[in-house]
Amino acid sequence: MREENISSYHIRKIILDQAKRANVGHIGSALSIADIVVALYANVLNVPDPCDSDRDRFVLSKGHAALAVYAALFLKGWITEESLNTYCEDGSVLGVHPEHLLKGIDFSTGSLGHGLLMGTGAALAAHLERSSRRTFVLISDAECNEGSIWEAVMFAAHHRLSNLITIVDLNGQQALGYTRQVLNMSSMAERWKAFGWNVKDVDGHNVSQMIDTMANFDTKSGSPHILIAHTVFGKGVSYMENQIKWHYLPMSDAEYQQAVNEIEATK
Amino acid sequence: MRGAFIRTLAELAECDSRIVLLTGDLGYAVLEPFSDKFQDRFINVGVAEQNMVGLATGLAEAGLIPFVYSIVPFAVLRPFEFIRNGPILHQFPVRIVGIGGGMEYGSNGVSHYGLEDIGVLRTQPGITLIAPADYEQARSSLLATWDLPCPVYYRLGKDDKNVVPGLSGRFELGRAQFIGEGTDILIITMGSIASEVASTIEILYTQGISCTMMIIASMNPPPVDDIEEALAQFRLALTVEAHYIIGGVGSLVSEVIAERGLPCRLVRCGVKVTPNGITGSQEYMYRAYGLSAEMLTMTAIQAIRELKC
Repeated sequence: MREENISSYHIRKIILDQAKRANVGHIGSALSIADIVVALYANVLNVPDPCDSDRDRFVLSKGHAALAVYAALFLKGWITEESLNTYCEDGSVLGVHPEHLLKGIDFSTGSLGHGLLMGTGAALAAHLERSSRRTFVLISDAECNEGSIWEAVMFAAHHRLSNLITIVDLNGQQALGYTRQVLNMSSMAERWKAFGWNVKDVDGHNVSQMIDTMANFDTKSGSPHILIAHTVFGKGVSYMENQIKWHYLPMSDAEYQQAVNEIEATK
Repeated sequence: MRGAFIRTLAELAECDSRIVLLTGDLGYAVLEPFSDKFQDRFINVGVAEQNMVGLATGLAEAGLIPFVYSIVPFAVLRPFEFIRNGPILHQFPVRIVGIGGGMEYGSNGVSHYGLEDIGVLRTQPGITLIAPADYEQARSSLLATWDLPCPVYYRLGKDDKNVVPGLSGRFELGRAQFIGEGTDILIITMGSIASEVASTIEILYTQGISCTMMIIASMNPPPVDDIEEALAQFRLALTVEAHYIIGGVGSLVSEVIAERGLPCRLVRCGVKVTPNGITGSQEYMYRAYGLSAEMLTMTAIQAIRELKC
């Protein structure tokens, strides 16, 4: 696969295929960030080689959606199809949550409220080294329930880490319910603005809008950046969209086929 | 210890620009030898220990060697999961520096005590654990371990004046240090309470009981062979630690005795109950929890009597 194949269709098709093969859940979460991942890996991240020490860093803080990133790593040619097909198999490094042993994964995550802290450290390291590399961190809206997130938010603003770009996947859902019911995270933009971040609201399924917005982030402005990506949980598969249960469930044969048909129709 | 440690760290930073120091808003009149000299490599992250460890993980990924500094429970217990999932699981060279192991923070109360830090961290095979006995050993242990490729925890006392007689700053990773050649009791200890043990041994000597002191500053990797070899020479051993008796040096020695089938009676001296809220100086707390030299002496004499029965 070549870079031009990193499309929303390809990412979603791999998510469905691998989730079905492995018979695992977290499908809705992966579909939610599929277009964000396309924007990052097709156009935004400057990673000529995953081993380049001065590459941009990317942290998937909402680690449970790692399948979407594995799809991108495969489409970039950094992991093989054989490796991709070990997803959730015994002995595989491709688990539900990402491990840094895998080429292309900068930090292991899985425990919510941790990735942004490590990403802020990565941005600080670049700042100390006077490198122009950037750090991107993708968090979930429910992850902002974690107090540790706001420790990093304060730090990044205070230290003017404008090389730090955070994307929040604002799909309004969390494990046991909708965020407005579990722990209201409304006025997300206002929260981040109040902490001194440069805030941009975007359609989290509009790849070109996200690319343009991130391209225009001034990495010398003195403010860290937050892209609030308004997304639909389970985006692209009608029966999964905005449905809590697809945080957990694997697909039946019939559900898989319907999902693929719907994704194929967008090709 | 903390003063010697920071001064030594500043010496190292002179030669290696990878060293950075983060503090969780603590270290007044301690950190200046570093912070004054390396202003661009010193960051007060604020009162945010979880973030401090997360930041250090990100810094270490980029090739830096970050030291994070706070009082023991805030350095270890608050951010424990961040230590586990960060430097330990990534095997990054983050250094956690905890000040005031045991009850050194005296009347500040139990929130500031380090009674389980070694026990908690000893559950993690992937972190080196160093608990120096005095400031000379704090310096030598830092010089021996600062550039290890993996994470390290340093449990440091506040005392920068007294030394443990006969230790002379000796340290070797994975080994224990011995003081004296007594034959009645082997007393095994870690951390700054070693000076209390030294006083205990002096008192016991006046009563005709001769002891050997074994200092374990390298709690991980543990000096298992040294422990086994020493225990083989004694019928009675005491462990002494300013720590709960579970998880620390008493547990380590128990494991060696059990796993290697050694015929040695062990008495573990440490904190055995949850502190009840009554506070005082470290000396008072040592007396309250049976860890003063006088009370350790009584424990040792009682143990000898029981051994002879």
